[in-house]
Amino acid sequence: MCARLGWAVGQLSCLALLVFLGTAALSGDAAVTLLGDGYDPGQAARLRARLQLDDPVWTRFGRWLADLCRGDLGRSLVGGEPVGTVIAHAAAPTLVLAGATLLVVVPLAGTLGFAAGVREGSALDRVLTTVTVALYAVPDFVVALLVVALVSVRLRLLPPTALGADGATLLTRPELLVLPVLVLCCQSTSSLSRQVRAGALDALGTGYVAQAVRLGLPRWRVLLRHVAPNAVAPAVQSTARVISSLVGGVLVVEVVFAVPGLASELISAVAARDVPTVQGITLVLGAAVLLVNLAADLVVARVVPRARERA
Amino acid sequence: MPLSRRALLTGAAAAAGVVVVGACGAPPDTPPAAPRHGGRLRAVFQGGGSKETLDPHAPRPWVDQARHKALFDKLTELGDDMTPVPRLALGWQANPDATVWRFTLREARFHDGRPVTADDVLASYARILDSAAAGRRGTQLLGELDLANSRALDPRTVELRLRAPVVELPTRLAGTGMAIIPAGTGDFGRPVGSGPFRFESFDAGTSSMLATRFDEHWEGAPYADQLEILSAGLQARGNAVLGGQAHYADDLDPTFARIHEADGAVRVIRAPHSGMQAFAAKVDRPPFDNPDVLGALALTIDRQRLVDVVLAGKGEIGNDLFGKGYQYYADDLPQRPHDPDQARWLLRRAGAENLRVTLNTADAGTGFVEAATLLAEQARAAGITIDLATVDKDTYFADILDNGVLVNESVGAMPIPNHASTHLLSSAAQNVSRYRSPEFDAAYRNAQATGDTGRRTAIYHDMQRRFRDTGGLLVWGHSDWIGATAPALSGAVAAPANTLNWARFDRVWIGAGA
Repeated sequence: MCARLGWAVGQLSCLALLVFLGTAALSGDAAVTLLGDGYDPGQAARLRARLQLDDPVWTRFGRWLADLCRGDLGRSLVGGEPVGTVIAHAAAPTLVLAGATLLVVVPLAGTLGFAAGVREGSALDRVLTTVTVALYAVPDFVVALLVVALVSVRLRLLPPTALGADGATLLTRPELLVLPVLVLCCQSTSSLSRQVRAGALDALGTGYVAQAVRLGLPRWRVLLRHVAPNAVAPAVQSTARVISSLVGGVLVVEVVFAVPGLASELISAVAARDVPTVQGITLVLGAAVLLVNLAADLVVARVVPRARERA
Repeated sequence: MPLSRRALLTGAAAAAGVVVVGACGAPPDTPPAAPRHGGRLRAVFQGGGSKETLDPHAPRPWVDQARHKALFDKLTELGDDMTPVPRLALGWQANPDATVWRFTLREARFHDGRPVTADDVLASYARILDSAAAGRRGTQLLGELDLANSRALDPRTVELRLRAPVVELPTRLAGTGMAIIPAGTGDFGRPVGSGPFRFESFDAGTSSMLATRFDEHWEGAPYADQLEILSAGLQARGNAVLGGQAHYADDLDPTFARIHEADGAVRVIRAPHSGMQAFAAKVDRPPFDNPDVLGALALTIDRQRLVDVVLAGKGEIGNDLFGKGYQYYADDLPQRPHDPDQARWLLRRAGAENLRVTLNTADAGTGFVEAATLLAEQARAAGITIDLATVDKDTYFADILDNGVLVNESVGAMPIPNHASTHLLSSAAQNVSRYRSPEFDAAYRNAQATGDTGRRTAIYHDMQRRFRDTGGLLVWGHSDWIGATAPALSGAVAAPANTLNWARFDRVWIGAGA
C-alpha cells in the first residue's frame, strides 16, 4: 500500500514536470495571449516583468513546486484569482456531470453486457453488438451536435446548453444534464458493455461453471453466483478506464453545452498560457485518475477470490 | 492658447446634434412599435475564461467589452461609418493645429449618485496611461496626450493638451478601453460607472454578469429591468439563441447565417464592413520586397470566390485597403482584378517564375485556414506554389509580427486613421506587413494637423493610393458581423463590433415589436 502511494506521488511529480515543460515549450506566453490582437512588444515586456515570466524555466518550476509544498497552487496569470478557487469552482459541474454519467453507465452497461454475454449469438447479442460498436465509432462531438440539433433546436424538448449554470444549478435542474449525460454515455456504455460481455463469456467457458452446470444447479444460480462475480473483475478495471477516458469526453461536452467545468477551464488556461492554472488542473485530474484506479484495484481484490489470493 | 471660432471641428455639428443622438437609438429598420418595459434580458458573447475582467481599461474578450458598455460610458462612441458620436461629451472644440482640445461634458451621474466631472475624465485617462501598469488597451490611442498640462477648466469642461496634433482625437476617445470611471477607482470587484445598467453581481465561475436598469442614465432608462451577459463557445452561443436560452447571441459564423436566415427560427442580424479579411505579405524581405512579385500575388487572388466560400457570401470583396464603407475610404480606386495571366507576366519580369512561398496560417480567426487553402489553390494558376505552415493559434497575432513572409490578417472595425496609426505607420506596433515609408508617416502627421475635412480626406486618399501597391496588405474581403436575436427581442440593430450600436441593450426590449 505504501509502495503504491509512493508510486502515485512519483507519477504525479512526473506529470507536473512534463506538463510544465510542455506548456513552456508552447509558443508565446501569458503576456502575449493577454494582449491578444492588440500585441505591443513594450507592453508585453512590462507584463512579463510583472508576471515574472523572464526567469528561466527551472526557476519558475522551482518556485511553483515550493509553493505547492506549502499547499499553495499559485494564482492565475491572467485573472489573478487563486488557482485553488478556480479549481473549486470548476470542479463542481465536472463532478456532477461525471457522477451522473457513471450512475447511468455502470448499471446500463453491466445489464446490457451481461445479457449479451450469456446469450452469445442470440438476436439480442447481435443487435447490441451492432449498436455498441457503431456508437463507439462515432466521435462524441458528432453525437453532441446531432442530439442538440434534433432534441433541443428542432423538437424543443430539452435545453440546448447549460448556459450560466454552476454545479448546484445542474443538480436542481436535472433537465440541463440529460443531453450532456446522454452524449457521455454513448461511448462509455459501448466500451464498458463490451468488456462485461467478454468477461461473462470468459466466465461461462471456465471449468468451474461447467462443473456447476453438470452438478445440476439452476441456470440463474450459476449465472448469479459463479458467472457474474468473475465477469465483474475485468469490468471494474475497465470502469476505471472509462472514468479516465471520460475526462476526454467531458472536454467536448463541456464546450458544446457551455458547462463551466474543469475541462473548459483547462482549455482556456492552455490557450492563455496560464501555467499555474494548467498545472493545478492537470494535477487534480491526474490525482483523480490515480485514485480511481487504486479504488478499482481494491474493489477487484475484494470481489474476486483469485485476485484476493494474489494480493 | 485662445480657441478661435473658426477652429470648431466636427464637434460643432456634434454639439448641435444632441437631438441626432437621441434619434440614433431608434433602429431605422424596425416599424415604430411601442417599446415594452421590464423583463430580464440575456445575451451571450465570445468569452475568455479567466481572462475576463470588469476593469474597463483592460478589455480583451468581446464579452468584457459588452459588459463594459452596459456599465460605463465613453466621451464618444463610433457610428457605423467610424465617425465620432458624442456620448458623455456634449461637444468639442480644438485650436487650429489640433493640439488643444476642450470637451464639454453633459450632465450625467455615476451609479453611486456622484456627477461625472472633468476630473473623472482626467483620472480615467491617467489610469489608462499609467506606465506602471501593463495591458491597458487605450495606451496607444492616447500616445500624444500631455496629461501634466491637461486640466479641468470647470466641472463640466476638460481641456486636453497634446504633444503633437491629433485632429482625430474624438474618434480616438471612442476606442476600445477608453471608458470613464469615477476618479480614485482602483478595484473593479463592484464596478461603478455611468452606463445604462448598474452592476449587480458577477460570477467568474459561470461567467455571468447581472446588471439592473439605471433609471438616472443621461439618455433615459433602459427598457429591460435586468441584463445578464454571459460567455460561451461558438456552437453553444448559436444553440442558446436557437433554443430560447438567450435573447441575443453575438459573433456567429457565416454558416449559421446561411442556415438560419432561411428558416426564420431566429432573426439573423448582419452588419456589413465589420472586419477586414486579408493576407499580409512582408515587404521588408524577399520575395515581396519586389513590387512586381507583390503585384503578381495580388492579381492571382479570386476575391469573389474567397468571399463566396470562406464567408459563405456574407461579405464584400476587398480592394487591398482597410475600411470599406468608412469615413476617408478611397472608394475611387479601381477594383483590383483577378488576372493570373498578367500575374505570370509580372513574375517573368521580376525573374521570379516558379515562385515558392510559405503561408503561415492558424485557426486564429474565422476562415483563416480555409482562405489560406483557397489562396494556395488559386495561386497555382499563376505558377506560384504556396506551402501552408500551420502555426499556433493562441499566439498567432504576436507571432506573425516578426515571423513568416505571408500570413493571414484580419482587423475589426476601427476608424481608418486609427488603423493607420496602429497598423501601418513605421512605428506602429501591429505593422504586420512591415511597411516602412517615411513619406506615408509624414503624410499621416500632416493629415493629423489638417483641420479642413476636405483637405484631410484628400490626404488620406493619397496615402491609401500610395499604400495599396506597395503596402503588402492583400485585402480580399470585408466580412459581416453576425449576431442573432430571439423572436422575443425587439429593436436590435446590426452594427459592427466596436461601434455604438453593437452590444447595446438599453434601446432593445423584450416583447413583440414587429
